[in-house]
Amino acid sequence: MSSHRLLFSGLWTIGRTRWISRLHEGKHGCGRAFFSSGKPKVCIVGGGPAGFYTAQHLIKACQDAEVDIYERLPVPFGLVRFGVAPDHPEVKNVINTFTQTAKQSGCSFYGNVNVGKDVSIQELQQAYHAVVLSYGAEGNRTMGVPGEDLAGVYSAKDFVGWYNGLPNCQQLRPDLSCETAVILGQGNVALDIARILLSPVDVLKKTDITQPALEALTKSQIRRVLIVGRRGPAQIACTIKEVREMVNLPDTRPEMVAADFQGLREVVKDLPRPRKRLTELMLKTALETPGEKEQERRNKASRVWAFRFFRSPVEILANPDNNRAAGIRLAVNKLEGSGEGAQAVLTGEVEDVACGLVISSIGYKSLPIDPSVPFDSRKAIVPNNMGRVQQAAGLYCSGWLKTGPTGVIATTMNNSFDTARSLMEDMDSGMLDVSAAKPGSQNISGLLEKRGVIPVIFSDWEKIDSVEISRGEATGKPREKLLSVEEMLQVTRQ
Amino acid sequence: MMAASAAARSSMVLTFRLSRVLPNCSSCPFNKLKACASGSARPQRRTSLDSFRTANRHLQTGTGLYHSEEGSSNAENPDDVVNVVYVDRSGQRIPIKAKVGDNVLYLAHKHGIELEGACEASLACSTCQVYVSAAHFDKLPEPEEREDDMLDMAPMLQENSRLGCQIFLTRELEGMELTLPKVTRNFYVDGHTPKPH
Repeated sequence: MSSHRLLFSGLWTIGRTRWISRLHEGKHGCGRAFFSSGKPKVCIVGGGPAGFYTAQHLIKACQDAEVDIYERLPVPFGLVRFGVAPDHPEVKNVINTFTQTAKQSGCSFYGNVNVGKDVSIQELQQAYHAVVLSYGAEGNRTMGVPGEDLAGVYSAKDFVGWYNGLPNCQQLRPDLSCETAVILGQGNVALDIARILLSPVDVLKKTDITQPALEALTKSQIRRVLIVGRRGPAQIACTIKEVREMVNLPDTRPEMVAADFQGLREVVKDLPRPRKRLTELMLKTALETPGEKEQERRNKASRVWAFRFFRSPVEILANPDNNRAAGIRLAVNKLEGSGEGAQAVLTGEVEDVACGLVISSIGYKSLPIDPSVPFDSRKAIVPNNMGRVQQAAGLYCSGWLKTGPTGVIATTMNNSFDTARSLMEDMDSGMLDVSAAKPGSQNISGLLEKRGVIPVIFSDWEKIDSVEISRGEATGKPREKLLSVEEMLQVTRQ
Repeated sequence: MMAASAAARSSMVLTFRLSRVLPNCSSCPFNKLKACASGSARPQRRTSLDSFRTANRHLQTGTGLYHSEEGSSNAENPDDVVNVVYVDRSGQRIPIKAKVGDNVLYLAHKHGIELEGACEASLACSTCQVYVSAAHFDKLPEPEEREDDMLDMAPMLQENSRLGCQIFLTRELEGMELTLPKVTRNFYVDGHTPKPH
């Protein structure tokens, strides 16, 4: 043991060569794991950004570690593949980072494995030193209003899943033959949906949007999209990039209610920078008289988008046959308080809006995976302390499951690195016992085989990737996504 | 083993042309510097061999306006040297002898500093956020609107925040310190409001 230390201090004094300082970061890499009888083995449940960023950080910090990522679908990358809008391809560049991680010798990807069904959390905990839950938020908050089950009413999660090729959303086949669509919620997901509904088809056809969605949007009669929020412009949850994209969307014009912006100009200058810039842009769009050229552009536009503020859904109104949505009843609110903490309070007034498509974009929601894993059903997260699951040794969480379903890639990255750090600290301090060797994927592979589950490994995904890209070439798209698990598995067997 | 992984890390960015995602050239520093090896002949269809050739060209030309060998810290011309210091997430100071024209994000990658560039300099994320030393912050050109838009989404945004992928070294920036935001426990203290997504 002491000879190891001498060796390292000797290397330290050779100079701050990068790779040595990378190893140490102030402590000894894997800590006690370094002196253990086996490699530390970590299992990550969920192959989206949180899973990959957690894996990346673990592998960098602990060269010996074996990190296995289990994913329910045959394809990796989670919301980067199925959530990020098709016309935001640069955001998907992060896939290259994740690909590099998957190809590290210490990392293995096992797709087509349903944790909770094909293998249990307990079995994973027995096989690995630590299990990190990063399976995100596959559910959604419901409006809880009558008529929510009518045809023509969808959750944003399902609508986005539909146009992004998520296999279990392909049956959605939304009817886009109405003139007006109403989206409840004003976050970036709501704005993505509005933009996809109103974008010129010529733009969409060069993206990786699915072929069925492209066909539906080509036939779409939707000409007006209202994006509705409970509170006011100062509380809107979207970010400036997405609002700018709406303002600049070809062949569309904005339609805002000037009265919604009353009193806002006076308080803008004192707002924190992100909120200030966003509010200024909305004020400009809503209140300023546009220049001649812009006015002409707006006059010629065939499509309309609008923010509607201070409105909450109370009922979806049905058509005469009572089988489709034909309108929505909105309660009128007023604000009590100001800033982020302002509350929407009912005034008693209501307003009916005719529409044929209603999309509720009021939040994703995590679901419990296993009764043995603590779950806070109010916040819909796994209760944790800096990524360490409470009252569950050896169990960690990262991503939206840890903090709730908000945040951009950078947030998830930090969040995942933080969990990885907690795990490393625990290995170092002995809180996480890595002294005894664990079988890791060897055992799990055996279990899966017995149960007739064939995992999709990373090189199998690359076959799917290859097929999608070459199919996309035929239509001038970056890829043509495979739309069913069966088809994906078929390709992997070739 | 460590060297291999450091090399793998620094080659991560240099091999971004292996991407299956078509790159958006308009915000890429290579494009801005007209130092893009693919240039205007960017093919729509990449064979893996094309990508490999492109990646190798990047390994040779580097990010700056001047040629350098991969890994070399001795500039041909001492007037082109710009010394900067990165302060990584653990607080460790890493002095780097760089060159005029070097890009702060790719320079970090070249030296194994853990500055992420998720969108690969497309102004579509905020993972390369750095805090710029006060003395040098004002010497940087004003950010374009798209950079400000992305910064607005960055966790732990500060007055002196910039996106590393948009900073190119000049001699005026001699001595600049670039601090990586801490991946911090304090991220979730009281007062934290959920970020949009």
